[in-house]
Amino acid sequence: MSKKLLLEKAHVEGIRGYDVYRREGGYRSVEKALKEMNPAAVVEEVKKSGLRGRGGAGFPCGMKWSFLAKVEGVPAHLVCNADESEPGTFKDRYLMEFLPHLLIEGLIVSSFALNSHDTYIYIRGEYAWIIDILETAIEEAKANGWLGKNILGSGFECNIHVHRGAGAYICGEETALLESLEGKRGNPRIKPPFPAVKGAWDRPTVVNNVETITAVVPIINMGGDEYAKIGVGKSTGTKLISACGNINKPGVYEMDMTITVEEFIYSDEYCGGIPNGKKLKACIPGGSSVPILPANLLLKTAKGEPRLMNYESLSDGGFISGSMMGSGGFIVLDEDQCVVRHTYTLARFYRHESCGQCSPCREGTGWMEKILKNIEDGKGKISDIDLLWDIQRRIEGNTICPLGDAAAWPVAAAIRHFRDEFEWHVLNPEEAKVRNYGLAHYADPIHVAV
Amino acid sequence: MAEQQLFKVTIDNITVEVPAGTTILNAARKIGGEVAPPAMCYYSKLKDSGGKCRTCLVEVSKGSEKDPRPMPKLVASCRTTVMDGMEVKNITSEKALDARKGVVEFLLINHPLDCPICDQAGECDLQNLSYEHGNEGTRYEFQRRTFEKHSLGPYIQLHMTRCILCFRCVYTADQLTNKREHGILDRGDHSEIATYIEKSLENDFIGNVIDVCPVGALTDRTFRFKNRVWFTKPVDAHRDCPTCSGRAQLWMRGDEVFRVTARKDEWGEVMDTPDGKPGWICNTCRFEKKNTSDWVIEGPTKVDRHSVISQGHYIGMKVPNETFQPLMKGREPKLMMDIHDVSEVNKTNIDLSLIEGPATSETFSPDA
Repeated sequence: MSKKLLLEKAHVEGIRGYDVYRREGGYRSVEKALKEMNPAAVVEEVKKSGLRGRGGAGFPCGMKWSFLAKVEGVPAHLVCNADESEPGTFKDRYLMEFLPHLLIEGLIVSSFALNSHDTYIYIRGEYAWIIDILETAIEEAKANGWLGKNILGSGFECNIHVHRGAGAYICGEETALLESLEGKRGNPRIKPPFPAVKGAWDRPTVVNNVETITAVVPIINMGGDEYAKIGVGKSTGTKLISACGNINKPGVYEMDMTITVEEFIYSDEYCGGIPNGKKLKACIPGGSSVPILPANLLLKTAKGEPRLMNYESLSDGGFISGSMMGSGGFIVLDEDQCVVRHTYTLARFYRHESCGQCSPCREGTGWMEKILKNIEDGKGKISDIDLLWDIQRRIEGNTICPLGDAAAWPVAAAIRHFRDEFEWHVLNPEEAKVRNYGLAHYADPIHVAV
Repeated sequence: MAEQQLFKVTIDNITVEVPAGTTILNAARKIGGEVAPPAMCYYSKLKDSGGKCRTCLVEVSKGSEKDPRPMPKLVASCRTTVMDGMEVKNITSEKALDARKGVVEFLLINHPLDCPICDQAGECDLQNLSYEHGNEGTRYEFQRRTFEKHSLGPYIQLHMTRCILCFRCVYTADQLTNKREHGILDRGDHSEIATYIEKSLENDFIGNVIDVCPVGALTDRTFRFKNRVWFTKPVDAHRDCPTCSGRAQLWMRGDEVFRVTARKDEWGEVMDTPDGKPGWICNTCRFEKKNTSDWVIEGPTKVDRHSVISQGHYIGMKVPNETFQPLMKGREPKLMMDIHDVSEVNKTNIDLSLIEGPATSETFSPDA
């Protein structure tokens, strides 16, 4: 049983309300930070903890905080990115829905560290009911003196505002989020300047994911050094994984980053194996944007070592034989799933969500979708596969924001690892309509003892 | 003022010194020629423009003297400022050229390629770009995206199908007028330039969106379909205008003024006036002063000899010897058929430049 830091109290009756949360030891970190520490010490603890951003890129949180420009007379802002729109990722939803006070506690401590008096939660509009939960929780926190002016007599003022998005995936990109927060069209900004220098309303801004902010609470409670002892290497602490797809027990799991992927999929504590006795075909380990991995490469790295559920191990081998931790949206595909159809679905998503600002992404995502639809419908050509490869290659890295990469990577990985399935689709269009290609010759070669 | 700090930057092995804060693109323009990356969305006279079309991507092989690491990705040269000792590869970088080829392909897959009927043809940035960096054919096999045509008031025609979403016209309206009345609607590949909803653009300076548009998406309704730019002859002229600088370029054929635009520099951007301000012109100058008597003509505009427009530039042109008469022993060639016998188009008694709006068959009907 691995250690739980965030979801430890998630199943306590009434934890969503302030009284129970407080009784269970909530808001201790705020007391500790505001009474015993100064902002620099909080940043130092977070640095020591080695906490990495949980939104997808995995950038060290403490380093991000220390980049925040301190300009005399210009206020800084902390913005919490709750625009969780990545297909397959729903960990922030769980946190906010069941432990709203944990997020608020984390926000108060982080705002204290960054000296942000007005802190924003940018939440996706589709989470309509969670907005109510958060607003109730903010009211409760305010009534009990955790928000507002002069918190705990420290003189520190903090207000939290909930801003709801209007349903755009792109607004999860931090600069697009800031544009949207300012009331403009949610187009990503061209960097530099980075938000740490010029963010919301041209003020220095830190944008952090919900899970990153909540992780600050245990870091302050237990100390950065203690937190860093959990996990392995540069993957410290615990990580929430939202598992879905062909598994027996889909849901949000907290784990320290030492367990193997095999254990995660097959053990009863986590996903509980593949239903109906099917075999594992492939998996997207970190949300729809990261490269898909076939079973053999998922369970073992190219060097033959068992792959662990952490940042380094999942990206071992680069994109040739590895993937990414991403945002922790773990999507499992069994032998009945069609990779072509799956790739087409993702391509359709990215075409729909591209903001249209820069040309490679605007035009390329639509083109890829159309070609994939042709292949899926049995109208494809063998040359289409090379064309797809060429298109994704010219999108990746050439766009303003990472959405272009996110659209290109799944297509690239699908072709890289499942090219024979694409070819089969092209060569057997009639057959492809009635049955799937099934397991690739290299998938699931490992005998797994359950 | 203190001496401004100068940075040394090497672009395609040519070193140039530029003030700190200059972008790579502007440093490359200082060198000039092929070294300057093409720009479809960046417009030096418009603040915040650029970074969107990705045609100006370059490879930075050395970040700076202090931090010599190369940049991991290609960067948009129009939005990246130079550092001291930076080394940039533009046309010497295969990676950058390949990416540019990709961008041109992306820009063209949904472009109608209706150059034969497009007013911008001959002075179109996208034409030049595809000529230099594009493929001869397309790999796109699907129906192209189309939009309805819209008239943005009496002067400006929006042909959204041709638009490459460079955002220049949005910045123009933001920066030259006090209230922007058009913008981008929708997102992704179905986003479009539009007014909300079906309004006309009526600011005094809004006509400049036609000049900044790199393609034929925004065209001059008073010039539409009246002539091809390479048949007209650009002439520098000025007039006393109370609202703008009054320094313009007249596009003439014979004595007729077909079109008035702002003067353009070698990068296709609006030229600065002698006092250093961009020489935007107002709607009155652009759309309403179509007589030579309205203007003081300074002389023919210098046109790059590679430009298709110089085809209509008659300086030094030798009239070839007439060969018919000697061949036919002094007899005049017999006109087999006068086109005006069968067609009502292009009647000699109709002054094309004086027609309101595009010419239609009604213009040439006998009652007109």
